[in-house]
Amino acid sequence: MPDALEKEAVPTAGGPATVAVVEAGPAPGRARSLWSDAWRDLRRKPTFVIPAFVIALLLVMAAFPGWFTSVSPREADLANNFLREPELTHFFSPEWLGYNQQGQSIYARMIYGTRASIVIGISVTALVLVFGSLVGMLAGYFGGWIDGLLSRVIDIFLGIPFLLGAMVVLVSFDTRTEWTVILALAFLGWTTIARVMRGSVISIKQSDYVVAARSLGAGTWRILLRHVLPNAAAPVIVVAMIALGGYITAEAVLSFLGIGLTEPAISWGGDINRAGGQIRTASFLLLYPSLLLGITILSFLMLGDAVRDALDPKLR
Amino acid sequence: MSIEMTKAETPGVPLLEVRDLHVEFRTREGAAKAVNGVSYSVDAGETLAVLGESGSGKSVTAQTIMGILDTPPGRVTGGQILYRGEDLLTLPEEARRRVRGDKIAMIFQDALSALNPVLTVGNQLGEMFRVHRGFSRKAAKAKAVELMDRVRIPAAKERVNDYPHQFSGGMRQRIMIAMALALEPDVIIADEPTTALDVTVQAQVMDLLAELQRDFHMGLILITHDLGVVADVADKIAVMYAGRIVENAPVHELYKRPAHPYTRGLLDSIPRLDHKGKELYAIKGLPPSLTAIPSGCAFNPRCAMAQDICRTDVPAQVDVTERDGSPLGGRSSACHFWKETIHG
Repeated sequence: MPDALEKEAVPTAGGPATVAVVEAGPAPGRARSLWSDAWRDLRRKPTFVIPAFVIALLLVMAAFPGWFTSVSPREADLANNFLREPELTHFFSPEWLGYNQQGQSIYARMIYGTRASIVIGISVTALVLVFGSLVGMLAGYFGGWIDGLLSRVIDIFLGIPFLLGAMVVLVSFDTRTEWTVILALAFLGWTTIARVMRGSVISIKQSDYVVAARSLGAGTWRILLRHVLPNAAAPVIVVAMIALGGYITAEAVLSFLGIGLTEPAISWGGDINRAGGQIRTASFLLLYPSLLLGITILSFLMLGDAVRDALDPKLR
Repeated sequence: MSIEMTKAETPGVPLLEVRDLHVEFRTREGAAKAVNGVSYSVDAGETLAVLGESGSGKSVTAQTIMGILDTPPGRVTGGQILYRGEDLLTLPEEARRRVRGDKIAMIFQDALSALNPVLTVGNQLGEMFRVHRGFSRKAAKAKAVELMDRVRIPAAKERVNDYPHQFSGGMRQRIMIAMALALEPDVIIADEPTTALDVTVQAQVMDLLAELQRDFHMGLILITHDLGVVADVADKIAVMYAGRIVENAPVHELYKRPAHPYTRGLLDSIPRLDHKGKELYAIKGLPPSLTAIPSGCAFNPRCAMAQDICRTDVPAQVDVTERDGSPLGGRSSACHFWKETIHG
């Protein structure tokens, strides 16, 4: 008997006695949630910091283009500046990146073109996020015939090719402002978010804390907005961030094809389109706007990727 | 509305009574009869332990009382759930929602998964007051701190803004208890409240629960498969098998003289010091599939005492009597051979 007792008290006979710590939780300290954890992770990652800096710069460019250049992007001086070669050492001056076939500063047009891309990218994402999340949440939470109906609608929209569909919609308008493009892209783009949200909500609604909230008498909307949505949001936000780059690409592609923004709107895609004819004589017309477009899209994709890595505990 | 009016205790009417409850689940193999005519009741200040193995229907009964049964696939096919004499099952959803959490609250098994990971505990505790009492954010938070003090969480004021994963298992279960207690309900249903905890912490949490129940004079329904937990805190026990109650008894009576072979089997399978060195008894076989419950007494394939009558006739709940024929208060058994069991 005494032998047995001793063995119980010191489980690792011979070695140093390990003291079992009863009820030792994580040390009380600063509040750490999924989001604050992700933030601590992200701010030390170059793959997040660099694109975030570029995007911040782009946002400032879109909001205050006048800070970056003194000339108007529409000012045309054919007499002196027809297809003038870039002066690569004159940083940030109108002639830095050359002049186009109408004698307009390419640099100024790139700066002013930022606004269209950024506004369209962010607005489409915002619309898609709100509408797609709502549809996905309702389908996922209520299930049954509501889910059946909404999922079929999603299927129908997913069947329409994104760019081709946008072209068909946009061609029917003669003048296309930013809002025309935004609504056309959002109209066709919300389904991805809805699908992701639906799946996310279905897995969350079965968790104990949702049942617990129900058993404590919380109403449907309270459960949806306070318990389901915040927990289901992470994957949706990641998808939206990556999609943002896609919407900017889509706008540039449409403008390039001549069915995006119409004159007098300034857009990178439109300028790239007009540069196409001169590619052998004046390739700089094409090069610089394309480069900026590429950097912008890459920044958003990288940001989305970094955020996904930070939010997904399995990838840590 | 009438629930508010009958707030005062009515003599003769139990606080919460389940009457002949039947619940089914639709499955591919047909209807799974999870609950087949369960009846039990609990009064203020009383602790009823519902004992049974996994799949015996004890949790489904609790979920039906709370109204959190998933329908479909679940379906209540019969019976009543009377709270102060009023049938909850016929109440409109909105009225029922107001009963949940306010009058009848539930403590879940695994506090980590039953607490929302993205909200602070103070936020979740306060939510009770915001949903049912319309408190402001600030007042709700003050109440949350008060509750955390009540369940003896150290430094409640500082910890009220912490997230669930920052607490240890025992502390989390205390928060669960605080949440259920928040509005001082009349009945608390605790579904295996200590199963997910360390043995040492189990005792602390159980003691706390028993103490709070005494202080608030609540009815407590304790769902468990742990006979050790039951012995200390329960007043009476209902033993469930295959969706039916097989024995009802005051706790000490049941331990002393079980009146159903299944209960006896359970008691015999507790490890005991004076049986050291002998093989531990185990009830043979497995609980039946709920889609194919054996005819007659559901326990007959595993019962050593089974006779022909057990395979054909469903035993009725009968009042159990003493050897001298005088009835034993509050005891009943659903066994054709209860006399042999209790006296043998």
